[in-house]
Amino acid sequence: MTKVKRFDGDNRPLSIEEAYANRPRLWWVYTIVVLIVAALLGWSGSSITYKGLASKGITIAQGIGNGLLHPDTSLLFNLTTEGVPFQLLQTVAIAVLGTIIGGFLAIPFSFLACDKIVPKWVAVIFRAVILGIRTIPSLVWALVWIRVTGPNAFCGVVTESVCSIGMICKMYITAIEDIDVKILESLDASGCNGFQKIRYGMLPQIIPNFISTVIYRFDINVKDATTLGIVGAGGIGAALIQCMNSSRWSMVGAYLTGMIVLMIIIEIFSTRVRARLARG
Amino acid sequence: MKKEITAEAPALKPALLDRIIPPRTITLPNGHTVLKPVSRTPIISVLVIAVIIVSAVVTGFNFKIIIDRGYQLGYILGRIFHPNWSYFGSDPEKTQKLLTALFDTIKMSIMGSVIGATLALPIAVLSSTNIHKNKFVIWFLRILLMVIRTLPTLIIAKFAALIFGLGTFAGTVAIVIFTFGIIAKMMYESIETIDLGAFEAAESFGANKFQSFWSACMPQILPTYLSYCLYSLEMNIRAAAILGYVGAGGLGILINEFIGWRDYESLGAVLLALFVVVFIIENTSQYLRRKLS
Repeated sequence: MTKVKRFDGDNRPLSIEEAYANRPRLWWVYTIVVLIVAALLGWSGSSITYKGLASKGITIAQGIGNGLLHPDTSLLFNLTTEGVPFQLLQTVAIAVLGTIIGGFLAIPFSFLACDKIVPKWVAVIFRAVILGIRTIPSLVWALVWIRVTGPNAFCGVVTESVCSIGMICKMYITAIEDIDVKILESLDASGCNGFQKIRYGMLPQIIPNFISTVIYRFDINVKDATTLGIVGAGGIGAALIQCMNSSRWSMVGAYLTGMIVLMIIIEIFSTRVRARLARG
Repeated sequence: MKKEITAEAPALKPALLDRIIPPRTITLPNGHTVLKPVSRTPIISVLVIAVIIVSAVVTGFNFKIIIDRGYQLGYILGRIFHPNWSYFGSDPEKTQKLLTALFDTIKMSIMGSVIGATLALPIAVLSSTNIHKNKFVIWFLRILLMVIRTLPTLIIAKFAALIFGLGTFAGTVAIVIFTFGIIAKMMYESIETIDLGAFEAAESFGANKFQSFWSACMPQILPTYLSYCLYSLEMNIRAAAILGYVGAGGLGILINEFIGWRDYESLGAVLLALFVVVFIIENTSQYLRRKLS
């Protein structure tokens, strides 16, 4: 983009001063970007107005702080279905089943949406279906499924299974497209049949990617499952939102503490496992 | 300081399973021996199956319900896919209602992304180990970021709605916090991988830390930073759409209303509008991100 200007005609490399004089000047790009961002901000600011704290805002903020600092320990170590451990177990169980079912459902979808394998128009149709599934927010899926299963943890499982398909498919498709075809050709040359080609040529290439995707999605699903309870689809969210509505902040503190600890453990676990899968 | 350098590498400690069941030794035709460790597959499969069974019991998994009542889903989805077109022009009042909510959602996510991303940059610099050397500050910030990232957006929005009152401001606060947590984490990871040669050179010329970071590191991280900002804008549009469910403004309010009234045709209209906006923003942002990389 920038033209190299030399102060004299010969072909020697640029001196520092010349290179500095010829440095790329992108100020107009920066100006345009800043102007666009400023315009967008001005437009956005038009309907977001700070109307001061809510009437009880300060008391609520204090309550939240207090609750987080002094969580209700009797609830935190209570082993009945009300207690934090069972609620967390249910949340994780929803995420586990949802992720596994979603991971299996995504396999046919992703093969059918990969234009290296099926004709182009089939791939386009399935990509549109996947995009449609992904656009509907998980809360809406949960509210729709509740009409089928009733408000319980099973609804959460079904919701997570359907919601996971979108993202898992997207990453499966990349994994399938990245397959090294030369391996299949060499297996072909050494006289392998179709099944052997899939077993020894394809599966070893895609399975680590698939498992890594599923574990990553599990991470997201646990977080999602904590909020599904808000609409009544099981998990810790229901109890949490009830306590928040009735201002029982020490119980809110207990649930939040449990959730934070669980999420941190799961994040560390998933990062470790995925790092090992990537190294092979 | 006199440390003897031993020629042999220290023997790796065998994995726990290999100590319980020793690996099989195979002697090759040329006399060398190879250790074949026991396969992990049976243990992992047993564990996975156990986890699945426990989860199925805890969640009350019952496939029969889906078979028996699956038609309900077809019925609702069928109505969602026949959106109420009066929200797209023919009824000015309804169109106005939908557009206001839609623009509120977009505005919340733009405002939230910009503020969150701006706040995230200095914190990311302060929590990257290669630029900032204070261990205490680094770990404090990292743990703070981790805690922020574990909180679901809806819960943050609920808190914000309780403190700041219902409306778009609460939603914006929630998106700022969410964006801040994600971008700060991704940024400190990428700051740690940049080439520090130019930074050290600038420092050795007598520039202070800020000057040398600005002139030597900013050009390296700016494309990544902008691409993360666009990525988080994409996510925030989706997130902002449901924040209204807890009273934080935007499309979620409409979604909540229509589901409450079982007015699935209108829900379909809202989702269609959301779909169009998400599609446009995702494609624009992906185009820009390809340009950046």
